[in-house]
Amino acid sequence: MINLFEVTETNKMISEENLDVRTITLGVSLLDCIDSDLEKLNEKIYHKIYHAAKDLVKTGEEISREYGIPIVNKRISVTPIALVGGAACGRPEDFVTVARTLDRAAKDVGVNFIGGYSALVSKGMTEADRNLICSIPMALSSTERVCSSVNLGSTKTGINMDGVKLMGEIIKETAEQTRDQDSLGCAKLVVFCNAPDDNPFMAGAFHGVTEADKVINVGVSGPGVVKTALESVRGENFEVLCETIKKTAFKVTRVGQLVAQEASARLKVPFGIVDLSLAPTPAIGDSVADILCEMGLEYAGAPGTTAALALLNDQVKKGGVMASSYVGGLSGAFIPVSEDQGMINAVQAGALTLEKLEAMTCVCSVGLDMIAVPGDTKASSISGIIADEMAIGMVNQKTTAVRIIPVIGKGVGETVEFGGLLGYAPIMPVNRFSCEAFIGRGGRIPAPIHSFKN
Amino acid sequence: MEKTIITVVGKDAVGIIAKVCTYLAENGINILDISQTIVQGYFNMMMIVDTGAMDKPFGDLCDEMAALGGKTGVVIKCQKEEIFDKMHRI
Repeated sequence: MINLFEVTETNKMISEENLDVRTITLGVSLLDCIDSDLEKLNEKIYHKIYHAAKDLVKTGEEISREYGIPIVNKRISVTPIALVGGAACGRPEDFVTVARTLDRAAKDVGVNFIGGYSALVSKGMTEADRNLICSIPMALSSTERVCSSVNLGSTKTGINMDGVKLMGEIIKETAEQTRDQDSLGCAKLVVFCNAPDDNPFMAGAFHGVTEADKVINVGVSGPGVVKTALESVRGENFEVLCETIKKTAFKVTRVGQLVAQEASARLKVPFGIVDLSLAPTPAIGDSVADILCEMGLEYAGAPGTTAALALLNDQVKKGGVMASSYVGGLSGAFIPVSEDQGMINAVQAGALTLEKLEAMTCVCSVGLDMIAVPGDTKASSISGIIADEMAIGMVNQKTTAVRIIPVIGKGVGETVEFGGLLGYAPIMPVNRFSCEAFIGRGGRIPAPIHSFKN
Repeated sequence: MEKTIITVVGKDAVGIIAKVCTYLAENGINILDISQTIVQGYFNMMMIVDTGAMDKPFGDLCDEMAALGGKTGVVIKCQKEEIFDKMHRI
Protein backbone atom coordinates (compact mmCIF):
# COMPACT_ATOMS: atom_id res chain seq x y z
CA MET A 1 0.00 0.00 0.00
CA ILE A 2 1.02 3.60 -0.59
CA ASN A 3 2.99 5.01 2.33
CA LEU A 4 3.32 8.42 3.93
CA PHE A 5 6.71 9.07 2.33
CA GLU A 6 5.37 8.52 -1.19
CA VAL A 7 2.29 10.64 -0.59
CA THR A 8 4.42 13.47 0.81
CA GLU A 9 6.82 13.25 -2.15
CA THR A 10 4.01 13.56 -4.70
CA ASN A 11 2.29 16.40 -2.88
CA LYS A 12 5.58 18.27 -2.47
CA MET A 13 6.14 18.01 -6.23
CA ILE A 14 2.72 19.57 -6.78
CA SER A 15 2.77 22.25 -4.08
CA GLU A 16 6.43 23.30 -4.05
CA GLU A 17 7.99 22.20 -7.35
CA ASN A 18 5.29 23.29 -9.80
CA LEU A 19 4.39 19.82 -11.05
CA ASP A 20 1.37 20.16 -13.28
CA VAL A 21 -0.29 18.85 -16.37
CA ARG A 22 0.36 21.67 -18.79
CA THR A 23 -2.48 20.97 -21.17
CA ILE A 24 -5.29 18.67 -22.15
CA THR A 25 -5.76 19.33 -25.83
CA LEU A 26 -8.81 18.03 -27.64
CA GLY A 27 -8.10 17.43 -31.30
CA VAL A 28 -11.16 17.85 -33.53
CA SER A 29 -11.29 16.98 -37.21
CA LEU A 30 -13.10 19.60 -39.30
CA LEU A 31 -12.87 17.64 -42.54
CA ASP A 32 -16.58 16.86 -42.39
CA CYS A 33 -17.37 20.59 -42.18
CA ILE A 34 -16.03 21.36 -45.65
CA ASP A 35 -18.53 23.33 -47.72
CA SER A 36 -18.25 25.61 -50.71
CA ASP A 37 -20.56 28.15 -49.02
CA LEU A 38 -18.59 30.30 -46.60
CA GLU A 39 -21.49 30.96 -44.26
CA LYS A 40 -22.39 27.28 -44.02
CA LEU A 41 -18.73 26.39 -43.47
CA ASN A 42 -18.47 28.78 -40.53
CA GLU A 43 -21.70 27.50 -39.05
CA LYS A 44 -20.64 23.85 -39.34
CA ILE A 45 -17.22 24.59 -37.81
CA TYR A 46 -18.76 26.40 -34.85
CA HIS A 47 -21.21 23.59 -34.11
CA LYS A 48 -18.66 20.81 -34.50
CA ILE A 49 -16.21 22.48 -32.11
CA TYR A 50 -18.87 23.55 -29.63
CA HIS A 51 -20.44 20.10 -29.35
CA ALA A 52 -17.09 18.29 -29.21
CA ALA A 53 -15.58 20.56 -26.57
CA LYS A 54 -18.45 21.82 -24.45
CA ASP A 55 -17.53 19.55 -21.51
CA LEU A 56 -13.75 19.82 -21.92
CA VAL A 57 -13.08 22.55 -19.37
CA LYS A 58 -15.50 21.13 -16.79
CA THR A 59 -14.01 17.63 -17.13
CA GLY A 60 -10.48 19.00 -16.81
CA GLU A 61 -11.44 20.82 -13.62
CA GLU A 62 -13.08 17.72 -12.15
CA ILE A 63 -10.00 15.58 -12.79
CA SER A 64 -7.78 18.28 -11.37
CA ARG A 65 -9.83 18.41 -8.19
CA GLU A 66 -10.13 14.66 -7.65
CA TYR A 67 -6.44 13.96 -8.02
CA GLY A 68 -5.18 17.22 -6.60
CA ILE A 69 -3.05 17.93 -9.67
CA PRO A 70 -3.29 21.31 -11.45
CA ILE A 71 -4.27 21.08 -15.11
CA VAL A 72 -3.15 24.48 -16.33
CA ASN A 73 -4.69 24.66 -19.79
CA LYS A 74 -7.59 23.13 -21.64
CA ARG A 75 -7.22 23.66 -25.37
CA ILE A 76 -8.48 22.64 -28.79
CA SER A 77 -6.63 21.80 -32.00
CA VAL A 78 -8.40 21.52 -35.35
CA THR A 79 -7.63 20.31 -38.85
CA PRO A 80 -5.41 22.80 -40.72
CA ILE A 81 -7.83 25.47 -41.87
CA ALA A 82 -6.19 25.81 -45.30
CA LEU A 83 -7.55 22.31 -46.06
CA VAL A 84 -10.96 22.92 -44.54
CA GLY A 85 -11.53 26.37 -46.01
CA GLY A 86 -10.07 25.85 -49.47
CA ALA A 87 -13.43 25.31 -51.18
CA ALA A 88 -15.15 28.32 -49.61
CA CYS A 89 -12.41 30.88 -49.17
CA GLY A 90 -11.32 32.56 -52.38
CA ARG A 91 -9.64 35.50 -50.65
CA PRO A 92 -7.59 36.00 -47.48
CA GLU A 93 -10.52 37.98 -46.01
CA ASP A 94 -12.72 34.86 -46.28
CA PHE A 95 -10.24 32.90 -44.17
CA VAL A 96 -10.35 35.64 -41.54
CA THR A 97 -14.07 34.93 -41.03
CA VAL A 98 -13.11 31.32 -40.20
CA ALA A 99 -10.51 32.57 -37.70
CA ARG A 100 -13.23 34.64 -36.02
CA THR A 101 -15.49 31.58 -35.88
CA LEU A 102 -12.71 29.56 -34.23
CA ASP A 103 -12.18 32.39 -31.75
CA ARG A 104 -15.88 32.56 -30.90
CA ALA A 105 -16.13 28.77 -30.45
CA ALA A 106 -13.03 28.77 -28.22
CA LYS A 107 -14.46 31.57 -26.11
CA ASP A 108 -17.87 29.90 -25.77
CA VAL A 109 -16.42 26.59 -24.55
CA GLY A 110 -13.95 28.40 -22.26
CA VAL A 111 -10.60 27.26 -23.67
CA ASN A 112 -7.73 29.76 -23.72
CA PHE A 113 -6.26 28.81 -27.10
CA ILE A 114 -7.39 27.06 -30.26
CA GLY A 115 -4.73 25.89 -32.70
CA GLY A 116 -4.96 24.85 -36.31
CA TYR A 117 -5.17 28.09 -38.25
CA SER A 118 -2.54 26.36 -40.28
CA ALA A 119 -1.19 25.46 -43.69
CA LEU A 120 1.05 22.50 -44.58
CA VAL A 121 3.28 23.68 -47.38
CA SER A 122 6.45 21.64 -46.92
CA LYS A 123 6.73 21.04 -50.67
CA GLY A 124 4.38 23.41 -52.44
CA MET A 125 1.55 25.84 -51.88
CA THR A 126 -2.01 25.69 -53.17
CA GLU A 127 -3.97 28.88 -53.74
CA ALA A 128 -5.84 28.15 -50.50
CA ASP A 129 -2.55 27.74 -48.59
CA ARG A 130 -1.33 31.07 -49.93
CA ASN A 131 -4.59 32.82 -49.08
CA LEU A 132 -4.53 31.43 -45.55
CA ILE A 133 -0.93 32.46 -45.02
CA CYS A 134 -1.65 35.97 -46.33
CA SER A 135 -4.61 36.20 -43.95
CA ILE A 136 -2.53 35.37 -40.84
CA PRO A 137 -1.66 38.98 -39.85
CA MET A 138 -5.30 40.02 -40.11
CA ALA A 139 -6.56 36.85 -38.40
CA LEU A 140 -4.18 37.10 -35.44
CA SER A 141 -4.76 40.82 -34.95
CA SER A 142 -8.55 40.44 -34.97
CA THR A 143 -8.83 37.37 -32.71
CA GLU A 144 -7.77 36.64 -29.17
CA ARG A 145 -7.40 32.87 -28.84
CA VAL A 146 -6.53 31.63 -32.32
CA CYS A 147 -3.03 30.20 -32.88
CA SER A 148 -1.49 29.75 -36.27
CA SER A 149 1.24 27.50 -37.64
CA VAL A 150 2.79 26.78 -41.01
CA ASN A 151 4.83 23.70 -41.88
CA LEU A 152 7.57 24.79 -44.28
CA GLY A 153 9.71 21.73 -44.68
CA SER A 154 10.31 18.09 -43.89
CA THR A 155 13.07 15.51 -44.07
CA LYS A 156 11.19 13.76 -46.88
CA THR A 157 10.40 16.80 -49.03
CA GLY A 158 13.06 19.40 -48.33
CA ILE A 159 12.37 23.05 -47.55
CA ASN A 160 9.86 25.22 -49.36
CA MET A 161 11.96 28.38 -49.69
CA ASP A 162 9.12 30.33 -51.30
CA GLY A 163 7.19 29.62 -48.10
CA VAL A 164 10.18 30.62 -45.96
CA LYS A 165 10.46 33.94 -47.80
CA LEU A 166 6.74 34.59 -47.49
CA MET A 167 6.67 33.73 -43.77
CA GLY A 168 9.46 36.22 -43.03
CA GLU A 169 7.20 38.91 -44.49
CA ILE A 170 4.08 37.56 -42.75
CA ILE A 171 5.81 37.56 -39.35
CA LYS A 172 6.83 41.20 -39.88
CA GLU A 173 3.32 42.12 -40.99
CA THR A 174 1.77 40.33 -37.99
CA ALA A 175 4.13 42.25 -35.72
CA GLU A 176 3.05 45.52 -37.37
CA GLN A 177 -0.64 44.75 -37.07
CA THR A 178 -0.33 43.95 -33.36
CA ARG A 179 2.23 46.67 -32.56
CA ASP A 180 0.01 48.27 -29.90
CA GLN A 181 0.28 45.00 -27.92
CA ASP A 182 4.08 44.72 -28.30
CA SER A 183 3.64 42.61 -31.45
CA LEU A 184 1.86 39.90 -29.46
CA GLY A 185 0.42 38.35 -32.63
CA CYS A 186 3.81 36.77 -33.38
CA ALA A 187 3.66 34.86 -30.08
CA LYS A 188 0.70 32.99 -31.55
CA LEU A 189 2.43 32.15 -34.83
CA VAL A 190 4.97 29.40 -35.35
CA VAL A 191 6.65 27.87 -38.40
CA PHE A 192 7.76 24.25 -38.45
CA CYS A 193 9.92 21.70 -40.17
CA ASN A 194 8.58 18.13 -39.68
CA ALA A 195 5.48 19.35 -37.79
CA PRO A 196 3.85 16.53 -35.78
CA ASP A 197 0.14 15.79 -36.28
CA ASP A 198 -0.57 15.24 -32.60
CA ASN A 199 1.17 18.10 -30.81
CA PRO A 200 -0.88 19.30 -27.81
CA PHE A 201 1.19 22.45 -27.22
CA MET A 202 0.43 25.91 -28.57
CA ALA A 203 1.06 27.79 -30.72
CA GLY A 204 1.87 24.85 -33.01
CA ALA A 205 -0.99 22.45 -32.23
CA PHE A 206 -3.14 21.25 -35.11
CA HIS A 207 -5.17 18.11 -35.66
CA GLY A 208 -3.44 16.20 -38.45
CA VAL A 209 -5.36 14.61 -41.30
CA THR A 210 -4.14 11.16 -40.28
CA GLU A 211 -5.86 11.46 -36.89
CA ALA A 212 -9.27 10.15 -35.78
CA ASP A 213 -12.36 12.37 -35.66
CA LYS A 214 -11.56 13.41 -32.10
CA VAL A 215 -8.61 12.67 -29.87
CA ILE A 216 -7.24 13.63 -26.45
CA ASN A 217 -3.56 14.59 -26.26
CA VAL A 218 -1.89 15.61 -23.03
CA GLY A 219 1.26 17.60 -22.38
CA VAL A 220 2.99 17.20 -19.02
CA SER A 221 5.50 19.44 -17.40
CA GLY A 222 7.82 19.45 -14.44
CA PRO A 223 11.14 21.29 -14.78
CA GLY A 224 10.97 22.23 -11.10
CA VAL A 225 10.64 18.57 -10.09
CA VAL A 226 13.70 17.59 -12.13
CA LYS A 227 15.71 20.48 -10.74
CA THR A 228 14.86 19.58 -7.14
CA ALA A 229 15.74 15.93 -7.76
CA LEU A 230 19.12 16.99 -9.16
CA GLU A 231 19.86 19.10 -6.09
CA SER A 232 20.18 15.84 -4.16
CA VAL A 233 22.91 14.49 -6.48
CA ARG A 234 25.23 17.52 -6.70
CA GLY A 235 28.78 16.54 -7.62
CA GLU A 236 27.84 12.98 -8.58
CA ASN A 237 28.91 11.52 -11.94
CA PHE A 238 26.89 11.44 -15.17
CA GLU A 239 25.54 7.96 -14.54
CA VAL A 240 23.88 9.09 -11.32
CA LEU A 241 22.75 12.33 -12.96
CA CYS A 242 21.08 10.50 -15.84
CA GLU A 243 19.42 7.90 -13.63
CA THR A 244 17.96 10.66 -11.46
CA ILE A 245 16.47 12.50 -14.45
CA LYS A 246 15.03 9.28 -15.87
CA LYS A 247 13.32 8.29 -12.63
CA THR A 248 11.89 11.76 -12.18
CA ALA A 249 10.67 11.94 -15.78
CA PHE A 250 8.95 8.60 -15.26
CA LYS A 251 7.02 9.89 -12.27
CA VAL A 252 6.04 13.14 -13.97
CA THR A 253 4.85 11.34 -17.09
CA ARG A 254 2.79 8.81 -15.15
CA VAL A 255 0.65 11.67 -13.89
CA GLY A 256 0.12 12.80 -17.49
CA GLN A 257 -0.83 9.29 -18.52
CA LEU A 258 -3.37 9.06 -15.69
CA VAL A 259 -4.93 12.41 -16.59
CA ALA A 260 -5.02 11.51 -20.28
CA GLN A 261 -6.77 8.20 -19.61
CA GLU A 262 -9.29 9.79 -17.27
CA ALA A 263 -10.04 12.64 -19.67
CA SER A 264 -10.39 10.17 -22.52
CA ALA A 265 -12.82 7.96 -20.57
CA ARG A 266 -14.93 10.83 -19.24
CA LEU A 267 -15.19 12.68 -22.54
CA LYS A 268 -15.62 9.41 -24.47
CA VAL A 269 -12.88 10.49 -26.86
CA PRO A 270 -9.97 8.16 -27.74
CA PHE A 271 -6.66 8.78 -25.99
CA GLY A 272 -4.01 9.88 -28.47
CA ILE A 273 -0.64 10.57 -26.93
CA VAL A 274 1.22 11.98 -23.97
CA ASP A 275 3.79 14.58 -24.96
CA LEU A 276 6.84 14.01 -22.73
CA SER A 277 7.89 17.53 -22.13
CA LEU A 278 9.68 19.79 -19.77
CA ALA A 279 7.73 22.95 -20.49
CA PRO A 280 8.82 25.90 -18.38
CA THR A 281 6.76 28.89 -17.24
CA PRO A 282 7.97 32.30 -16.09
CA ALA A 283 7.24 31.24 -12.48
CA ILE A 284 10.29 30.96 -10.23
CA GLY A 285 11.34 27.31 -9.91
CA ASP A 286 9.69 26.24 -13.17
CA SER A 287 12.68 26.69 -15.47
CA VAL A 288 14.57 24.39 -17.85
CA ALA A 289 17.57 26.75 -17.75
CA ASP A 290 17.75 26.26 -13.97
CA ILE A 291 18.14 22.50 -14.54
CA LEU A 292 21.14 23.20 -16.79
CA CYS A 293 22.59 25.43 -14.06
CA GLU A 294 21.97 22.73 -11.46
CA MET A 295 23.98 20.35 -13.67
CA GLY A 296 26.95 22.66 -13.27
CA LEU A 297 26.68 25.57 -15.70
CA GLU A 298 26.95 29.14 -14.47
CA TYR A 299 24.26 30.22 -16.93
CA ALA A 300 22.38 28.57 -19.79
CA GLY A 301 24.50 29.43 -22.82
CA ALA A 302 27.87 28.74 -21.19
CA PRO A 303 30.17 26.23 -22.93
CA GLY A 304 28.74 22.77 -22.23
CA THR A 305 25.12 23.91 -22.58
CA THR A 306 24.41 21.90 -25.73
CA ALA A 307 25.79 18.72 -24.14
CA ALA A 308 23.83 19.29 -20.94
CA LEU A 309 20.63 19.89 -22.89
CA ALA A 310 21.20 16.82 -25.09
CA LEU A 311 21.60 14.70 -21.99
CA LEU A 312 18.52 16.18 -20.33
CA ASN A 313 16.35 15.74 -23.41
CA ASP A 314 17.38 12.14 -23.93
CA GLN A 315 16.88 11.11 -20.31
CA VAL A 316 13.46 12.76 -20.16
CA LYS A 317 12.43 10.65 -23.15
CA LYS A 318 13.95 7.46 -21.77
CA GLY A 319 12.15 7.88 -18.46
CA GLY A 320 8.92 9.05 -20.01
CA VAL A 321 8.56 6.40 -22.69
CA MET A 322 8.05 3.64 -20.17
CA ALA A 323 5.54 5.69 -18.21
CA SER A 324 3.12 6.15 -21.07
CA SER A 325 1.44 3.73 -23.44
CA TYR A 326 1.54 6.18 -26.36
CA VAL A 327 4.08 8.92 -26.72
CA GLY A 328 4.04 11.60 -29.38
CA GLY A 329 3.84 15.31 -30.08
CA LEU A 330 7.04 17.25 -29.59
CA SER A 331 8.36 15.29 -26.57
CA GLY A 332 11.47 16.83 -25.03
CA ALA A 333 12.71 19.88 -23.19
CA PHE A 334 11.40 23.22 -24.45
CA ILE A 335 13.71 26.20 -24.45
CA PRO A 336 11.52 29.26 -24.92
CA VAL A 337 13.22 32.46 -23.83
CA SER A 338 10.37 34.64 -22.57
CA GLU A 339 8.62 31.78 -20.78
CA ASP A 340 11.63 30.72 -18.68
CA GLN A 341 13.08 32.95 -15.97
CA GLY A 342 16.47 31.17 -16.13
CA MET A 343 16.72 31.81 -19.87
CA ILE A 344 15.78 35.46 -19.40
CA ASN A 345 18.51 35.79 -16.75
CA ALA A 346 21.02 34.17 -19.11
CA VAL A 347 20.18 36.62 -21.92
CA GLN A 348 20.40 39.57 -19.55
CA ALA A 349 23.78 38.39 -18.27
CA GLY A 350 25.03 38.17 -21.86
CA ALA A 351 25.53 34.40 -21.60
CA LEU A 352 22.98 33.38 -24.21
CA THR A 353 22.88 34.51 -27.83
CA LEU A 354 20.65 33.67 -30.77
CA GLU A 355 23.47 31.59 -32.27
CA LYS A 356 23.87 29.49 -29.10
CA LEU A 357 20.11 29.01 -28.96
CA GLU A 358 20.26 27.73 -32.53
CA ALA A 359 22.90 25.20 -31.54
CA MET A 360 20.77 24.11 -28.59
CA THR A 361 17.81 23.46 -30.89
CA CYS A 362 19.84 20.73 -32.63
CA VAL A 363 19.49 18.51 -29.57
CA CYS A 364 16.21 19.44 -27.96
CA SER A 365 12.53 19.72 -28.56
CA VAL A 366 11.23 22.29 -31.02
CA GLY A 367 13.48 25.25 -31.69
CA LEU A 368 13.87 29.00 -31.50
CA ASP A 369 10.94 29.79 -29.28
CA MET A 370 9.54 33.05 -27.96
CA ILE A 371 12.54 35.12 -28.93
CA ALA A 372 12.08 38.87 -29.11
CA VAL A 373 14.23 40.68 -31.69
CA PRO A 374 14.41 44.35 -32.72
CA GLY A 375 11.39 45.63 -34.66
CA ASP A 376 13.59 46.86 -37.50
CA THR A 377 14.90 43.35 -38.26
CA LYS A 378 14.46 42.83 -42.00
CA ALA A 379 11.92 40.26 -43.25
CA SER A 380 14.71 38.56 -45.20
CA SER A 381 16.78 38.15 -42.01
CA ILE A 382 13.80 36.52 -40.29
CA SER A 383 13.45 34.24 -43.31
CA GLY A 384 17.17 33.44 -43.02
CA ILE A 385 16.76 32.50 -39.35
CA ILE A 386 13.78 30.32 -40.31
CA ALA A 387 15.73 28.66 -43.14
CA ASP A 388 18.61 27.80 -40.77
CA GLU A 389 16.23 26.25 -38.28
CA MET A 390 14.34 24.32 -40.95
CA ALA A 391 17.66 22.97 -42.26
CA ILE A 392 18.53 21.65 -38.78
CA GLY A 393 15.20 19.84 -38.61
CA MET A 394 15.37 18.53 -42.16
CA VAL A 395 18.88 17.08 -41.88
CA ASN A 396 18.50 15.72 -38.34
CA GLN A 397 15.05 14.19 -38.94
CA LYS A 398 13.51 16.08 -36.06
CA THR A 399 10.86 18.70 -35.51
CA THR A 400 12.18 22.24 -35.40
CA ALA A 401 10.26 25.46 -35.18
CA VAL A 402 10.64 29.22 -35.05
CA ARG A 403 8.47 31.52 -32.98
CA ILE A 404 10.18 34.87 -33.20
CA ILE A 405 8.77 38.28 -32.33
CA PRO A 406 10.15 41.38 -34.06
CA VAL A 407 8.88 43.94 -31.55
CA ILE A 408 7.91 47.00 -33.56
CA GLY A 409 9.28 50.22 -32.07
CA LYS A 410 11.72 48.51 -29.72
CA GLY A 411 15.41 47.72 -29.94
CA VAL A 412 18.19 45.73 -28.26
CA GLY A 413 18.37 46.31 -24.51
CA GLU A 414 14.68 46.99 -24.13
CA THR A 415 12.23 44.51 -22.64
CA VAL A 416 8.89 43.33 -23.93
CA GLU A 417 6.06 42.13 -21.70
CA PHE A 418 3.59 39.59 -23.08
CA GLY A 419 1.93 38.70 -19.80
CA GLY A 420 0.71 35.43 -18.29
CA LEU A 421 2.29 32.18 -19.44
CA LEU A 422 3.95 34.00 -22.36
CA GLY A 423 6.14 35.94 -19.92
CA TYR A 424 8.54 38.77 -20.78
CA ALA A 425 11.75 38.95 -22.76
CA PRO A 426 14.79 41.12 -23.28
CA ILE A 427 15.18 41.96 -26.97
CA MET A 428 18.10 40.04 -28.46
CA PRO A 429 20.41 41.29 -31.22
CA VAL A 430 20.23 39.66 -34.66
CA ASN A 431 23.28 39.19 -36.90
CA ARG A 432 23.28 42.39 -38.97
CA PHE A 433 24.65 40.98 -42.22
CA SER A 434 22.28 40.42 -45.13
CA CYS A 435 20.94 37.17 -46.62
CA GLU A 436 18.53 38.93 -48.95
CA ALA A 437 19.96 37.54 -52.18
CA PHE A 438 19.89 33.99 -50.79
CA ILE A 439 16.29 34.22 -49.62
CA GLY A 440 15.26 36.00 -52.83
CA ARG A 441 16.21 33.04 -55.05
CA GLY A 442 12.87 31.26 -54.65
CA GLY A 443 12.06 27.59 -55.15
CA ARG A 444 12.83 24.62 -52.95
CA ILE A 445 15.81 23.14 -51.17
CA PRO A 446 15.77 19.44 -52.12
CA ALA A 447 15.34 16.71 -49.53
CA PRO A 448 18.63 15.53 -48.00
CA ILE A 449 20.27 12.24 -48.81
CA HIS A 450 19.37 9.49 -46.35
CA SER A 451 22.59 7.56 -46.62
CA PHE A 452 26.29 8.32 -46.12
CA LYS A 453 25.52 9.78 -42.66
CA ASN A 454 28.29 11.86 -41.22
CA MET B 1 -13.75 -0.15 -3.18
CA GLU B 2 -12.68 3.37 -4.06
CA LYS B 3 -9.53 4.30 -2.22
CA THR B 4 -8.89 7.93 -1.37
CA ILE B 5 -5.86 9.38 0.34
CA ILE B 6 -6.50 12.06 2.94
CA THR B 7 -3.52 14.08 4.09
CA VAL B 8 -3.55 16.41 7.06
CA VAL B 9 -0.64 18.76 7.57
CA GLY B 10 -0.29 21.58 10.09
CA LYS B 11 0.56 22.66 13.61
CA ASP B 12 -0.18 19.96 16.15
CA ALA B 13 -3.27 20.45 18.34
CA VAL B 14 -5.62 18.40 20.51
CA GLY B 15 -8.34 16.48 18.66
CA ILE B 16 -7.27 16.71 15.02
CA ILE B 17 -7.71 12.98 14.38
CA ALA B 18 -11.00 12.94 16.33
CA LYS B 19 -12.51 15.68 14.18
CA VAL B 20 -11.44 14.07 10.92
CA CYS B 21 -12.65 10.64 12.03
CA THR B 22 -16.01 12.00 13.18
CA TYR B 23 -16.58 13.57 9.78
CA LEU B 24 -15.61 10.34 8.01
CA ALA B 25 -17.93 8.24 10.21
CA GLU B 26 -20.86 10.62 9.60
CA ASN B 27 -20.36 10.24 5.86
CA GLY B 28 -20.04 6.47 5.69
CA ILE B 29 -16.32 6.54 4.89
CA ASN B 30 -14.32 3.58 6.19
CA ILE B 31 -10.72 4.06 7.33
CA LEU B 32 -8.34 1.41 5.96
CA ASP B 33 -4.98 2.69 7.19
CA ILE B 34 -3.57 5.59 9.17
CA SER B 35 0.03 6.72 9.54
CA GLN B 36 1.07 9.80 11.36
CA THR B 37 4.23 11.59 12.46
CA ILE B 38 5.08 14.82 14.22
CA VAL B 39 8.17 16.60 12.93
CA GLN B 40 9.28 19.74 14.81
CA GLY B 41 5.79 20.36 16.16
CA TYR B 42 4.17 19.81 12.78
CA PHE B 43 1.45 17.24 12.49
CA ASN B 44 1.61 15.09 9.36
CA MET B 45 -1.03 12.43 8.84
CA MET B 46 -2.06 10.23 5.96
CA MET B 47 -5.22 8.16 5.88
CA ILE B 48 -6.23 5.62 3.28
CA VAL B 49 -10.02 5.48 3.23
CA ASP B 50 -12.74 3.79 1.22
CA THR B 51 -15.12 6.32 -0.31
CA GLY B 52 -17.06 3.68 -2.26
CA ALA B 53 -20.09 3.89 0.06
CA MET B 54 -20.07 7.68 0.35
CA ASP B 55 -23.28 9.23 -0.96
CA LYS B 56 -22.03 12.70 -1.91
CA PRO B 57 -19.96 13.86 -4.88
CA PHE B 58 -16.19 13.66 -4.47
CA GLY B 59 -15.87 17.42 -4.92
CA ASP B 60 -18.07 18.04 -1.85
CA LEU B 61 -15.83 15.79 0.24
CA CYS B 62 -12.80 17.83 -0.87
CA ASP B 63 -14.53 21.13 -0.03
CA GLU B 64 -15.92 20.02 3.34
CA MET B 65 -12.64 18.49 4.45
CA ALA B 66 -10.78 21.63 3.39
CA ALA B 67 -13.27 23.72 5.40
CA LEU B 68 -12.85 21.43 8.43
CA GLY B 69 -9.08 21.86 8.09
CA GLY B 70 -9.51 25.62 7.95
CA LYS B 71 -11.43 25.60 11.24
CA THR B 72 -8.90 23.32 12.93
CA GLY B 73 -5.85 25.23 11.67
CA VAL B 74 -4.49 22.43 9.44
CA VAL B 75 -4.50 21.76 5.69
CA ILE B 76 -6.59 18.75 4.67
CA LYS B 77 -6.43 17.36 1.14
CA CYS B 78 -8.40 14.52 -0.41
CA GLN B 79 -7.01 12.84 -3.53
CA LYS B 80 -7.97 9.64 -5.30
CA GLU B 81 -5.36 6.95 -4.74
CA GLU B 82 -4.49 6.42 -8.41
CA ILE B 83 -2.25 9.47 -8.66
CA PHE B 84 0.10 8.03 -6.02
CA ASP B 85 -0.25 4.49 -7.25
CA LYS B 86 0.59 5.45 -10.84
CA MET B 87 3.57 7.51 -9.78
CA HIS B 88 5.14 5.12 -7.30
CA ARG B 89 4.17 1.64 -8.54
CA ILE B 90 5.04 0.04 -11.87
